[in-house]
Amino acid sequence: MIDTAIPNQVFVRSQLVETLPAPKSEVGPLAWARANLFSGPINSLLTIIGFGLLAYILFALLDFLVLRAVWTGENREACLGPEVGACWPFIKAKFGQLVYGFYPVDERWRPNLVFLLGAILIVPLMVRTAPFKLANAVLFFVVYPVVAFFLLQGDVLGLPLVSTRIWGGILVTLVVAVVGIVASLPLGIVLALGRRSQLPIIRFASIAFIEFWRGVPLITVLFFATYMLPLFLPRGLEFNGLLRALVGVSLFAAAYMAEVVRGGLQAIPRGQYEGAMAVGLGYWRMMFLIILPQALKLVIPGIVNTFIGLFKDTTLVLIVSILDLLGQLRAAFADPNWATPVTEFTGYAFAGFFYFFFCYGMSRYSRYVERRLNTGHKR
Amino acid sequence: MSVTQTAAAVPQSQASTRHAIELIDVNKWYGEFHVLKDINLQVSRGERIVICGPSGSGKSTMIRCINRLEEHQKGRIFVDGTELTNDLKKIDEVRREVGMVFQHFNLFPHLTILENCTLAPIWVRKMPKKEAEEVAMHFLAKVKIPEQAKKYPGQLSGGQQQRVAIARALCMRPKIMLFDEPTSALDPEMVKEVLDTMVSLAEEGMTMLCVTHEMGFARQVADRVIFMDYGQIIESNEPNEFFANPQHERTKKFLADILH
Repeated sequence: MIDTAIPNQVFVRSQLVETLPAPKSEVGPLAWARANLFSGPINSLLTIIGFGLLAYILFALLDFLVLRAVWTGENREACLGPEVGACWPFIKAKFGQLVYGFYPVDERWRPNLVFLLGAILIVPLMVRTAPFKLANAVLFFVVYPVVAFFLLQGDVLGLPLVSTRIWGGILVTLVVAVVGIVASLPLGIVLALGRRSQLPIIRFASIAFIEFWRGVPLITVLFFATYMLPLFLPRGLEFNGLLRALVGVSLFAAAYMAEVVRGGLQAIPRGQYEGAMAVGLGYWRMMFLIILPQALKLVIPGIVNTFIGLFKDTTLVLIVSILDLLGQLRAAFADPNWATPVTEFTGYAFAGFFYFFFCYGMSRYSRYVERRLNTGHKR
Repeated sequence: MSVTQTAAAVPQSQASTRHAIELIDVNKWYGEFHVLKDINLQVSRGERIVICGPSGSGKSTMIRCINRLEEHQKGRIFVDGTELTNDLKKIDEVRREVGMVFQHFNLFPHLTILENCTLAPIWVRKMPKKEAEEVAMHFLAKVKIPEQAKKYPGQLSGGQQQRVAIARALCMRPKIMLFDEPTSALDPEMVKEVLDTMVSLAEEGMTMLCVTHEMGFARQVADRVIFMDYGQIIESNEPNEFFANPQHERTKKFLADILH
């Protein structure tokens, strides 16, 4: 009775509808701009103000750093004048000091060799497809630091001694940063595991360590290590000043790293632990094969955050008379030969570029690693 | 209670080598909460047992005690003749011989299917990588997904993931398999593929303890069905009798509820 009233009550599709391309207004750069930049009056206004501000700042920078900049000259005379921009001859004249500190000019091939070796070893380590990963890692993390130390310090194989006291500039910045970064991650992992341990002594020791180092400012740590520690040590027992700073920076960064890693460990569901235990893995294998690879992947942004912070914090070694890049820069400002109104701006611009280059590099690399490791959840 | 009738019919053995699994007066508490009360259970080699019961009845906790994912506080548990104590070596020994399949699969998302299967044989059994991969491919073929070996767990459907989880457990060549609600987290159309895999495993004579509400599966393969509630074994019987003629009031009510 109903089938006449509703004729198409029974419906069987005989042909599937074809997929059509999206309309022009939904795809392409114009659609993107409309959706993201000009989606309403307020957003359009903000976009215009934002672009205006950006253009103004970029032009001012370009004007100072390039258009009005002085490119050649032998001393301050070149950079005097009312309309002068950046004084690049100053950087050129002081470049050796900024890179090597007071490292003897004749021996500068040694830090150069160390830089070169480091670059040769670290590049294939960071490229996924490069072969011999294990050998490469051993070379970089074990052999390289030893070689680099003896090459820089000398006093072996006929190389003249260059005391760490006169190392400086970018050399010291990189030494402190690389040692801090390489030491803080494994130490931080151990501390994070310790803090989650079921053994009370290990747990409390880890908590005490982490909370102590996080509770004091880095300046205090460096100051204490440099000026107070010798008072407590027995007479005659003395550690190298740079080494003390390195240890201080590493332990300080490790405490922060530990909390970052712990955040990752806590994000791993219980099921992963149970899955690992059920197939018979013991604690260490479970941690290193199953839990940590996942936990560290989750906290890559946090780890790199700590690395970048550490890289910039290395400038604090200045207060314990270790002249890193910033220290050498300030020393160079004091040279009356280059005393001009724009010297400081130029110097800080140079330092800014240097730090930005490394920090942004780390940031980009971490994005690449994140994308590469994002195998687990893609569908 | 009528509970221990069947259990009591099997002669008690302290040496326990005759049984694959033996639980004697096992008790467990979560803080103040008494989850397992006087559990006595003997499982013979090759026996297939289905455990059912309402949620919170302690059935999962009981089988998790068997590979020491949970610790029991009173009583004794023997697995393949080894008693579970605080001795970590003994626990590892037992875990090597007991495979477990979880409700939520618990595959390792950062490893491929093949790596999921070869990890434990390589690191725990010290099997050479090549041999481990052969074993893994054999079991992946058995659960009918050898073509997915290079993929990651996140790229597979729930049913496929659960079959991988079964293959992963089998790669350790366990003597006993524990299943903790293996089909509860699956979409309905994927339940069958997992149950089929479990049936074929049962037909090969694997000792199996399976917490599940799939009563069809229980009828088809179980030697014994155990009903648990309030942390105790309420009733234990062979499947036909268990379903046709439940003895205890709670069993009757439970069966009426789940069979609609």
